[in-house]
Parts: sequence; C-alpha cells; structure tokens
Amino acid sequence: MEYETIIGLEIHAELSTESKMFCGCSASFGGGPNTKTCPVCLGHPGSLPVTNMKAIEYTMMLALALNCEITPRSVFHRKNYFYPDMPKNFQISQYDIPLSTDGHLDADMNDYVRKVGITRVHIEEDTGKSIHIGESGRIHGAEYSLEDFNRAGIPLAEIVTEPDIRSAEEARAFMQLLRATLEYLGISDCKMEEGSLRCDANISVAVDGKLGTKVEIKNMNSFRSLFRALSYEEERQRFALEQGGGLIQETRHWDDAEGKTHPLRSKEEAFDYRYFPEPDLVPIEPDPEWVDRLRENLPELPQARFHRFMEQFGLARDIASMLTGEKALADYFERAVETGQGPEELAKWIAGDLSAMLREAVVPIQHCPVAPRGLGELVALVNQKVISGKMAKEVLREAFETGKGPQRIVDEKGLSQIADAHELEVVVDEVIAENPGAADDMRTGKEQALKFMMGQVMKKTRGKANPEVASRLLKQKLIGRE
Amino acid sequence: MAISIEDVEHVARLARLKLTEEEKETYRRQLSDVLEHARKISEVDTSDVPPTSHTLPLRNVFREDSLRPSLSVKEATGSAAWAVEGAFKVPRII
Repeated sequence: MEYETIIGLEIHAELSTESKMFCGCSASFGGGPNTKTCPVCLGHPGSLPVTNMKAIEYTMMLALALNCEITPRSVFHRKNYFYPDMPKNFQISQYDIPLSTDGHLDADMNDYVRKVGITRVHIEEDTGKSIHIGESGRIHGAEYSLEDFNRAGIPLAEIVTEPDIRSAEEARAFMQLLRATLEYLGISDCKMEEGSLRCDANISVAVDGKLGTKVEIKNMNSFRSLFRALSYEEERQRFALEQGGGLIQETRHWDDAEGKTHPLRSKEEAFDYRYFPEPDLVPIEPDPEWVDRLRENLPELPQARFHRFMEQFGLARDIASMLTGEKALADYFERAVETGQGPEELAKWIAGDLSAMLREAVVPIQHCPVAPRGLGELVALVNQKVISGKMAKEVLREAFETGKGPQRIVDEKGLSQIADAHELEVVVDEVIAENPGAADDMRTGKEQALKFMMGQVMKKTRGKANPEVASRLLKQKLIGRE
Repeated sequence: MAISIEDVEHVARLARLKLTEEEKETYRRQLSDVLEHARKISEVDTSDVPPTSHTLPLRNVFREDSLRPSLSVKEATGSAAWAVEGAFKVPRII
C-alpha cells in the first residue's frame, strides 16, 4: 500500500492597521482588558460598522503578492455562532464572494519546488480573547471565563490553501515563506507567539491514491509546533490505517507540552453558521486603477530576492534562503555588501556567528550592536591578514558585546597578527630550543609534533602569530621543506 | 414548502431556544408559511436581475485608518451583569 499525506492550511494574519476593521479603536497588541473597545466592537444595539480602507488595501496587496485574482465585487457576511468571544454573536467575515481567489505561492524545498494553490484570501474581524478560570486552566472544567474584547474587531486576512502540501516539512516551508511575504509587504507583525499569525491545518492520508478522512488540527503556535503537530498526526493516521482501524472526521487540539493531538469536537456536529449577507455593510468594488497601482507598487518579494541573492551575489541556496527569510536580515546583508567586501564571506558571517549571537541574546537583527559597516570591517581585517579567522570570531563577539568597531578592538587590544617572518623566526627558534623532544619528533616526521609546536608558538605570541607563516617557518627549520 | 418538527428542533438548538411541543408545532406551521411565501416570490422571473445583498445603491463606503477615542473600561463594562477587573465574566462555556 502506498501512503500519501495531504495537507491544506488555513492561516489568519492580523493586519497592522492603526485602528480596528470597523471602528476607530486601536488595533495594537496588549493593554488592560477592554481598554480598546467601543459600542461598535462591543456589539451594542444601534451601532454601525464602517470599513477600514487600509485593511482592504493590505488584504489586496497580500492577494496580489500571492498571485490571486481580485474579485470585482465582493460582499461581507455574518457568521453566526454562540460563543462569548464575540459580543454580537456573529463575526463579520466573507463567505461565497471573497475579496480574492485562485492564487499560488511556491515554496522552495532545496531540491524541488512545491507549488501551493491559494483558494482564497478574504478579510474578516478578529474575535475577543477568553481566559478560562478554574483548576484546569483550560476550557474544559473551567468555572468561568473572562472576556477581553481588545482584540475583537482587529482586521484579519484569512488565507486558505488548496490541499497541495505533502509533508510537515513542506507545510513549515510554506508557512515561513508566507510569513516572510507578509513581513516584506509590511502589513502584519507576524508574531506567531503573540497570535498575530495563526495557522490551522487539514490533514489526511490517502491510500493508493484514494482520499482519506480529513482531520483538522488547531493550536499550533509556532513553526516548530506546526511541524511537530503535523508529523505526529501523519504518524497517528498512518498507524491507524496500518492497523486496519478507522479514522473519524474531527477537530484535534495540539498539546505542545505533551507532543500529542487530542480530539476537540466531532465534525459530525459541525457548526451551522447560518451565513447571510451583512446588511450594515455595502459591497466592495475596487477600482481597477487602485488595484493596478497596488500591483505596481508591490515591494520585491522574498522569492524574487532569494533568486536575486543567488544570481547577483553567488550565494548558496540554503544561505540565500535563510537570509531572505527575514526582511531585516536580507537588508542587513545588502548594506554589508555595500562595504565592498565579498558577499559570500559576509553571508557566512551573518548566517553563522552573528545569527547565533543574536539568537543567544534574543536581539532582533534591527538592533544588532554590530553595524553592517562593522561586519565589513571585520571581513576586511581577515582578508588583509591582520587577524586570523579564529581571532575574528572573538573580535566579533567583543564588538557584539561592547558595540565597538572591530578595527578599534584590534588596535586597543593589540590583536594584530604577527605575520612578519623575522619577528616570528625569533619566537620559532625559542620554541625549538625549549622543546628538543618535540623538535626531534617533528624531524622524524611525526605529524602530531607540528600541532604541539604550533601550540607553543601561539602560546608565546598570545595567539597573534599568523598560523601560515609560523607553520612554514617550523617546517623549514625542522624538516627542511615547507 | 413544509418544515418538519426536526427542522424546527435544529433551528431552535442553533438559536439556543427551548421550545415546548406546542410551540414547536406553532413555529413549524408559521415557518412553513414564511417559506411558502418565499417560494411564491421566487416564481417571479429574475434571470435578468443581478442578485443583491443590499437594498441601497451604494458601494465602497470606507473610512480612513485613524483612531477615535475608545470607551473607558468603566463605561465598557458598566452595564455588564458580571465583570471583574475590567473583564466581562461569563459562565463556563463547555
């Protein structure tokens, strides 16, 4: 039997407008409970929603970036349900005539490209936040819940993909590319941990080409949990199929601490949302000139930049992918390249040591204490053989911790390499005289002895000896060749 | 167009209404009449009329993305039956 995993994603991205979707309350994150509410987002009788034009514009930018068609005339619908996170008892969303349809986004998987169809991109409002109070701390068994409507009414773009994704790796790569696209467009904060970017998945396993039972997974709050949840669920479903057991269509909740999915509610009693057109809002008919202007003004998107980095700078696929995965990182790289140093070396430093330091210190690249110019300086020092590659790592750390420029650190600490053969010869002679045993070993061709002698030279020069020159001198003196 | 007692029960459950057997029969009859009326209207030939979701000849009513003052927490939660530390308190959900 041949198994094939089929995944489709449904993503919600909070748009970074100033005000909410249908009222003038602030759409910013946080604040005390219900400090950003008004009669409209609290659903008071008689209040009327008015559409935020910026939210429509942002959603159209996203739709165009995802190669979608903009619907000439789309409408809002009410999605009715009973749950206290929406005081109106309905959420304003779009239903059968969404803002845009039929796009695609192509995720680079290193040795192949996964083209993922975009079914639709539509606009809706976010719901409030519920905090469940009780011993369990979860919805089940809670004694009561506290409702905060600061989030209620924040504009959300909903992106629905076709079931084109074939593995947890592809789902993660797609999601990272989508996140980068939102970031490049500058229309969302994209913080999965804060909930401004959320993802649900539908996953099933087809057997010999026959479609399986679809399961919806919720509560994946990071790229890591998206990957883990889908890997777990794929395995669970395959195991059930191998055992000849059946699967039921249901919604499952990912428990990150436990590393498992649990059933949440059965799809058989799925909600009947009784959608109907929102009578308080009129249709959206975007002027074609507006759409054209947005299309023309789209910034360079992650995929285009990824390909440009490979072509223009000769970067390897994985490094180009990593750098362009975050706009600020790619910007940093391009500014460093302006110093005239080699792009490949700069990229290696950024993707390697610098990224590790940023991660460790939990500092975003925008606030990196080492400026792009500083990194260029560091690479120049290595290229001019003023310091060794190993020393450069230490200088970078020092620069990162103190904010001083690499050249200044080298000057202040007297870290310049001793590359002068005459100066080093004195040291090498001393080392040979002090270690006659090791010198003999080297003369008789023992490889290990060279390492030891080099260590002694470094010790005497406090690591400043140019390794190539020192090693050449040692070999000349002891084995008569370089 | 006839509505069954099961249909009434389904809609009542979605609307969180508890109905007596008598009420179910009353609503079954009334809802059937409403749908019958709609069926009657749908006899009109509308093949040349575009579907409408709104009765006004309006489109693209937008506002600029600018802030307006929100209510104070006291005003926001003042008329709530149950509120605690700025949050609306609601009975257990599930």
